[in-house]
Amino acid sequence: MTKRYLDYLDQLEAEAIHIMREVAGQFEKPALLFSGGKDSITLVRLAEKAFRPGKFPFPLVHIDTGHNFPEAIAYRDELAERLGEKLVVRNVEDTIKRQNLTEPKGKYASRNGLQTYTLLETIEEFGFDACIGGARRDEEKARAKERIFSVRDEFGQWDPKLQRPELWNIYNGHIHKGENVRVFPISNWTELDVWNYIKREEIALPNIYFTHERECLVRDNKLMAWSDFIHKDPEDVVIKRQVRFRTVGDMTCTAAVESVAFDIDSVIAEIIESKISERGATRIDDKLSETAMEDRKKGGYF
Amino acid sequence: MDILRFITAGSVDDGKSTLIGRLLYDTKQIFADQLEAIEQSGRLNESGEVDLSLLTDGLKAEREQGITIDVAYKYFNTEKRKFIIADAPGHIQYTRNMVTGASNSNLSIILVDARKGVQEQTRRHSIISSLLGIPHLVICINKMDLVGFDEAVYNKIVEDYKLFAQKLNAKDIQFIPVSALKGDNIVEKSTAMDWYSGPSLLEHLEQVPVSSDINLENARFPVQYVIRPHTTEYHDYRGYAGKVISGVYKKGDKVVVQPSGQTSTIKSVQLGGKELEEAFAPMSVVVQLEDAVDISRGDVLVKQEDELETTQEFEALLCWMATKPLKPGAKLLLRHNSTDSRAVVREIMYKVDVNALEDVQDVDQVQLNDICCVRIRTATPLLLDKYEDNRSNGGFILVDEISFTTVGAGMVTSTVDESKLSYMI
Repeated sequence: MTKRYLDYLDQLEAEAIHIMREVAGQFEKPALLFSGGKDSITLVRLAEKAFRPGKFPFPLVHIDTGHNFPEAIAYRDELAERLGEKLVVRNVEDTIKRQNLTEPKGKYASRNGLQTYTLLETIEEFGFDACIGGARRDEEKARAKERIFSVRDEFGQWDPKLQRPELWNIYNGHIHKGENVRVFPISNWTELDVWNYIKREEIALPNIYFTHERECLVRDNKLMAWSDFIHKDPEDVVIKRQVRFRTVGDMTCTAAVESVAFDIDSVIAEIIESKISERGATRIDDKLSETAMEDRKKGGYF
Repeated sequence: MDILRFITAGSVDDGKSTLIGRLLYDTKQIFADQLEAIEQSGRLNESGEVDLSLLTDGLKAEREQGITIDVAYKYFNTEKRKFIIADAPGHIQYTRNMVTGASNSNLSIILVDARKGVQEQTRRHSIISSLLGIPHLVICINKMDLVGFDEAVYNKIVEDYKLFAQKLNAKDIQFIPVSALKGDNIVEKSTAMDWYSGPSLLEHLEQVPVSSDINLENARFPVQYVIRPHTTEYHDYRGYAGKVISGVYKKGDKVVVQPSGQTSTIKSVQLGGKELEEAFAPMSVVVQLEDAVDISRGDVLVKQEDELETTQEFEALLCWMATKPLKPGAKLLLRHNSTDSRAVVREIMYKVDVNALEDVQDVDQVQLNDICCVRIRTATPLLLDKYEDNRSNGGFILVDEISFTTVGAGMVTSTVDESKLSYMI
């Protein structure tokens, strides 16, 4: 008898495909939140596996802060074009004007927090009842507690104390009008799992994930990509470094890491050796307080 | 490399979080910045070392109160396996959270304090693990350092536990003497307990066989979604997308579509547009049939050779998860894999005392965290297996019709023959 054995990546893939199809089966107006980062790129590949030769039962939705890496934006447009899938882009800039919001100022100014406003506007505009996202539980301690189907109220808020029990592979997507569900198909993947999957599937990534020379501003021992969007104090210096990005988010809150990793294999080797966690190395927004992520999620963040 | 999903239930006093912290720390899964964050919080354990338990308690309320309330998922891997830990609370008032964490686990780690021996909590965690069909139990007799690493203490506890475990359904029980705080027998074999010849905890976790836990006998394929591209190239294409929750499917297999009873033959099994030789649990695939039959979400493809009849009435063990008590006659929504139905709880037969595994009769209502045996009637015919025969096809959830929250988790214990039900309609 043949040995029927499913490798861990196949198991993770099967679980994620199942979750995506539950979204397609349970909701009327789902969306896939696409950031141009490796996790959402992985989601897109999983959606291909779940729904081809059919079309995706949801559009790709990008909430653009206007401060994204141009490489990530170019990748996004090219990908949507190649797949023939619908891409919806909504700009934080427009929300700021429309809602007369105040842009954060100072050293740590970032539109990352304002994304929530645009996301909620977009959900309302299209009537999205489920938003698929690429968050993983290994990223952060609040995320470690979040369900795969995470119900948000009409203000997009997460209430960690009122989470629905989630048993076996049965997902409860019943919601009232106005509520929506955030769905995280790669909850059980780690950073390394994502990279190993990208390698196995031979997925092309934006080149900023690999080593390149870049002008950086040093802030709190982190290297921020130098751009017009970054606040610069007179004493701040801009230096050139050989870097890559371990996460790709908004330029104002995503730091680079010094690296010579030029391909997927060398990136994987580097992550295995790394002493610092993914978000710890690269995210400015989590460092602001011990419960920064929990607080943002309660406020409607991804 | 495969995956082992295991649960650890308990409270901080048992050393549960220390044990997980130790596993993560000794397998180098804790990053410097995470350790630094704990150091900054300034909490030390009784020996004045950094409190590893803080790694697992993620919510503000949990950190403030020093307790685990909800299930947290933690990840680590060795060269042999990827591990997913469901870190669940252990107090009786959080039974539903433990049930949640146990539902997806293949193995349960039960901690016993060497100074205290088998306690009510030990029994409760073992019983819940057993009710949820977890095939492998690991009994870690912890804090061995506090009893002088004494073999006699260990042997006495093993003996006591074995006596109690006769009532359990567990297929495989492993005993390991450990000190989570000092790291004895967690990753490395302890040098303080030469009398113990078994594996360390991590060695055991790496080698316990889990692939045989999957049911490959009874083929069940619930359809989640129908793929219809409507393009010129795939004009008449109909692909049934779903997950093989048990069994094996391949081209040429004769299948029955339940509940309609239509029959057809598998034309192809695919994943990502590529043809597969066969699909087996737990793969997510697309199945195409030779005939144009009417199939939609919620239908199940079973193989003709092991056909299973649908039922609308069955008995189940139910963990009640709502603050509002459950009473006989309650109307609820039921979800079983991809099938939804309205359901009524016709009868509450007995409650299970989870501290002793004894039945309590004469129950008129069921409170939060209670486990009871109920008889349920559904509006839609369901294709159910007994939970103990097929774990992935015997579980269901109950959902409140108004709040839409999940209020119950059920495990089918017996299905009722439809022909004997005529008197009820």
